Order: sequence, then C-alpha cells, then structure tokens
Amino acid sequence: MNFDYSEEQQLLADSVRRFLQNKYQFEDRKKIISGAGWSEEVWAQFAEMGLTALPVSPDYGGFGGGAVDLMSVMEAFGEALVVEPLLPTLAAARLVGRAGTSTQKKALLPAVADGRLRMAFAESPKANVVGAPAAHKLIVLAEENLFIVDAAEVPMQPYRTIDNMLAARIDFSPSKADLLAKGAGAAVEEALDFATALVCAEAVGAMKFACDTTLEYLKTRKQFGVPIGTFQALQHRIVDMFISHEQAKSMACLACSRVDSSANPDERARAVSAAKIRIADAARHVSQEAVQLHGGMGMSEELKVSHSFRRLTVLARQFGDADHHLQRFASL
Amino acid sequence: MDLNYSPEELAFRDEVRAWLTKNLPAELKDKGHYSKEELLRWHRILAKKGWVAPAWPKEWGGTGWNVVQRYIFEEELGYAGGPMLIPFGLTMCAPVLLRFGTEAQKKRFLPRIYNGDDFWCQGYSEPGSGSDLASLKTKAVRNGERYVVNGQKIWTTLAHYADWIFCLVRTDPTVEKRQEGISFLLIDMKAPGITVRPLILMDGAHEVNEVFFDDVEVPAENLVHDEGKGWTVAKYLLGYERMNTGRIGESKRQLARLKEFASHQIRTNSRFRDRLSRLEIELIALEITNLRFLDRMRRTGQPPGADVSMLKIKGTEIQQGLTELAMECIDPLAGDEKSLALQKKYLTTRKTTIYAGSNEIQRNIIAKMTLGL
Repeated sequence: MNFDYSEEQQLLADSVRRFLQNKYQFEDRKKIISGAGWSEEVWAQFAEMGLTALPVSPDYGGFGGGAVDLMSVMEAFGEALVVEPLLPTLAAARLVGRAGTSTQKKALLPAVADGRLRMAFAESPKANVVGAPAAHKLIVLAEENLFIVDAAEVPMQPYRTIDNMLAARIDFSPSKADLLAKGAGAAVEEALDFATALVCAEAVGAMKFACDTTLEYLKTRKQFGVPIGTFQALQHRIVDMFISHEQAKSMACLACSRVDSSANPDERARAVSAAKIRIADAARHVSQEAVQLHGGMGMSEELKVSHSFRRLTVLARQFGDADHHLQRFASL
Repeated sequence: MDLNYSPEELAFRDEVRAWLTKNLPAELKDKGHYSKEELLRWHRILAKKGWVAPAWPKEWGGTGWNVVQRYIFEEELGYAGGPMLIPFGLTMCAPVLLRFGTEAQKKRFLPRIYNGDDFWCQGYSEPGSGSDLASLKTKAVRNGERYVVNGQKIWTTLAHYADWIFCLVRTDPTVEKRQEGISFLLIDMKAPGITVRPLILMDGAHEVNEVFFDDVEVPAENLVHDEGKGWTVAKYLLGYERMNTGRIGESKRQLARLKEFASHQIRTNSRFRDRLSRLEIELIALEITNLRFLDRMRRTGQPPGADVSMLKIKGTEIQQGLTELAMECIDPLAGDEKSLALQKKYLTTRKTTIYAGSNEIQRNIIAKMTLGL
C-alpha cells in the first residue's frame, strides 16, 4: 500500500503544472474562451508533453499508461479549468483500444498519440457531445454497438456548455458509420469506467481550486472591521469543504487505482461508481459553498470561482450522476 | 500509487485475523456494555500474546510494527467485535509517561498498565469547563511533598472501575496566561476524599460519573512533567487521541451487521438503500483518507497534523449514521430485546460527536491549525 507517485508520474505532473501556471492563467483562458473556444497551440503543447500518447498502447505509438498516470494531470486540469478536449479524445481512444479491430487501432491510435487526431464520444445517437466541434472522429454508442463516424460527415451546430466547453448537439441517425464493435458491453464498461475515474480526478482538482480560493477570500475580505474568516460560522463551513475535498480525493485515488489494477470487473465498477457518487456529492457541496462564502462576488463572471462552480456542476453529472451510480453500486 | 496491501501486509492481516478468531471468546462479542471483568479479560488475553500496546517502544512491550501494520491490527481488532480496549491507560496515560514521565514513573506504572493491573480513567472535563477546558478550576495546592486537591470532574468514563485517574488540575491560579497554571497529576482513586457518583445517560447505562475531590492528598512524585506544564501534556495527548478515533474496523463490522439485519429494507426501499450506500461510501473514503494520513506519516516521519481531526469528525458521523439507519429498521415502540438493544445503541451513539473534543472543537482546530484562520 502506498500513495506515492512514481518519479515519471511526478515529473509529468510537475511539467503540466508549470505549463498551466505559465501559459494558462485565468486571463489566458478567458482569451481562449472568447475566441475559438479551444487553443490549437495549447493542444500541441499537451501532445508535446506526451498527454495524448500517455494512455495509448505502445503497440500504437503510446506509453501504455493508466488512470493513475493521468490522475495528477487531470487534477491540474481541474484546477486550471482547462477547456481543451483532452478527456473526450482519451475516452474515445480508450474505446477504440478496447473494442476495435487491429486495422481500426492502426488507423486511429498512432494519430491520437502524436496529437494529430482528436476524438469525442457520444453516449447515444442523439446526444450533446463535448469536444465534437474540435474532433475529427466521433465514437457513437447506439444500443450495445459502437460506431466510428467522421466528424465532417455529420451536421453539427457548435455551442458552448455552461462551463464553456466546446460541444455540439448531434443527431447521428442518418450518418455513414463504420462498426467499431458489436455488443461491446464489457469493453464499453471498462472504457467508461476509465473516463469516469478521470472525471473524478478532474473534479478533485476543481474542488481544490474552489477550496483554496475561498480560503484566500476569507482571509482577505473584511467586514465589520475584521477578516470574515474570523467568524466561526464561516470557519466551520470551509472546514467541511476541505473535508469533502479530502474524501473526494481519496475516492479518486481508489477509482484510478482500481481501473488500473482490478482483475475483477465488478470490483472495478463498484469502486468507480462509489467514487463518482462521493465526488458528485462533494462537487455540489464544495462548489455551492464556495459561491456562498464569496457573497455577491461569487456570482460574478469576472471571478474564476464562478467558473469552477459551473465546471463542478457539469462534472458531477458527466458519465453518470449520483443517482445513476447509486443504482449501479447497489446492483454489484 | 497502489491501494492494495502488499503480500507481506496481507499475510500479516491474515495472521492477526486468524489469531483473533481463535482467541476472542464468543461471549465477549458485540455486547453493548461490558463489565470491568470482561474488559480486563480481553485486555489480558491480548497482553499475554504481546499485542495489547503495539505502539509502545519495544522495551516496554511494543510490537515494533510499522504504522500500516498497526493500522491493520487496530482495524482487525475492531472488526472482530470484541470489547474496545480501554484507551485511558494504554493509549493516553502511557504515551504521556513515555514522553514526559520520569524513569521511576515509567517503571512504576507502565508494566501495570500493560498487564491490566491498574484500570485508568481520565479527569479532564469539569461542570464549568467542557470545550473551554483551560478554564478548569479543580485546584492542587503544594504542601511540602504533597499536593492537596479540591474540586470536581465530570463525564468521567468508567471512573467507577478505575484504580487511577490522570487529572488536569490548577496549581497556579495567579498566572496571567491561564494555560500556564495547569498541571498533570496522577491520583490514586482509593485515596481518602475521593467520591464517585454515577451519571446515568439516556440509554439507561452507567458509564460516566462525577468525581469529587475533597482535600485529597497526592504525593508530589505523581506530578508528570513540570508544574505548570499540564497544558503542554494535554495538547500532546490530543494529537495522539485524534489519530485513533476513526474506529473504521468497528464501523465496518456494524455496517456488515446492518446489511444483514436490513436486507428487507435494502430490497424494498430504494431510499433506504441509497442512504446506506452513501454511508458505506463515506466509510470507504474515510478508510483511504486514514491510510493517506498514515502514508504521509510514514513518508515524512512527522507526527500527525491537526487535519487528522477530520478522522474524528467523519468517523463519528458514520458511527451515528449506522445506528440511525439500524434504528429505522425497527419499530420505535417495540420492546423486544433486539429492538431495545438497537434503540439504546442509537441513543448512546449520540455521545460520539460530543466526547473527546466535540466535532465543533475539531472544526475549530482544523480552521486554526491547518487553514490558518
């Protein structure tokens, strides 16, 4: 039992954090959002750092990493509220890697690994698909079957989600599609558990930001002649936010670790669902309290805390909300 | 990162589990309250095996286990369902003596604590001093080679079983900083002038007491650390105490029993089922949070930080949540033995968020020490 990151994991996390601190401050992010909604330059940097290659199998030009390898990267993404669609690409690539034929893998995965190919995943034939406007290929789940669709082949109207992610509403029904897998139940479950574990890690990062920035606010905002952090009513509430964050982080560790190491799919699924339930609850708690403790400032578009609120609201629901995972947890 | 126990750790757990299964007498399992004889019986079985005080230094009977092994042992001990090892001697007085006691004090008290010869209790709270412990008034006046103690302690758990009490007393009422007038004193419960009066709690049980001191003479050699340093001792103990309050093994046992007992509700009432799931998940998370703290201690060699207070907060909330759900599975009007036991368990478990530093005090500690507020 240990919670250490390996040397490689630590180095990668450090370089991602350094990059985000230098090039992805809140002001940089604002510019990206008011422009195209994502930055090719930033994406190229992510690829350069090996983030797109990390989870791809070495047979297809990747490093064969797992969820634990990506955990601190996703946490850093959550803290910085990164809008570039890394997770949609990695989730879709995971599906190809788990369910595809070797021809399909050869065609797609090396391009994902070196950052040339972006993908997105649609959970149903009519869906709101995050990352789709920037994607080249879309993976669609229709009943039990998985299809690959050329993004250029489907009509889409891009829009921004409430948390400023690039997305599109897509109706795939008349599309030209290649079959990726028929009845791919177990492979899909595994890939979705992988993506869910990464969402958990990202949410933990966004919660960390929300806790830290609220603590800073309590120390600096003065009312009645004193910092508001001297009031016990507020102290206890921020302590509970920190506890929620720690409990959520523990569950993200469990989910990522089980995705990588469980030989038993039920054990993996149980851990991931448990994590998503706790993280959905914690995301709601932490994001709402962060806004409340900021008072009117917490509502403003100008402050990053309101953006973290929106991101956490979405992450709490992505890849299944708490009710969905409670149902699954109880069935295992 | 690897959340699985290593093969060595698993082998250790299996060894502990097998020994506990074989050596914990069935009649000592899962009782609400235990007599002094029952508590001491289990204590002595463990002492004979050499496992009653794993965290002590080896020369005094400790096992030399690392923090993870100690955690595994504690969890298995709780999961086995035996009586809780009474902490006042083993994990409260003893660490204080090991850190601050004289050689004579260690030699005199530690072996007797280890073997269960002396039963200890803790004299902290007073009628006017609960959360504001530093306001305590029980006074000890030095008179030659003796202190003369007068005052009252309250909520003293198992004082009616105890041979000894460790007390915080006021030795100097004049100092400006009131914490500096407090000392840590060991008092023989058989000393003339001590009166123990039961306080019955709402489950009808006698577990806590009032303890009155009326001109009680205490040899000066029973002072621990220097006069006026009692608050330093108490703070040291607090950190020690908070690390052991998650009670995760015991909650795991209660959860397993509840799942069995509530199988009908789980099948037929999805609202109940979901609340139980959330509680189970909170417990899983707490276990990992606890392991993360242990891992940090192991890596840094530092003592636990103030943030371990969250183990107490979450651990006790879970204990209460489990008894509350169990209570919901029975008729509150029922009078059969099983129902009564669960009703009483629900009642008595309300104390957990109040004792050992109320959960509000724990939040104050985290706010001040960890968050810097």
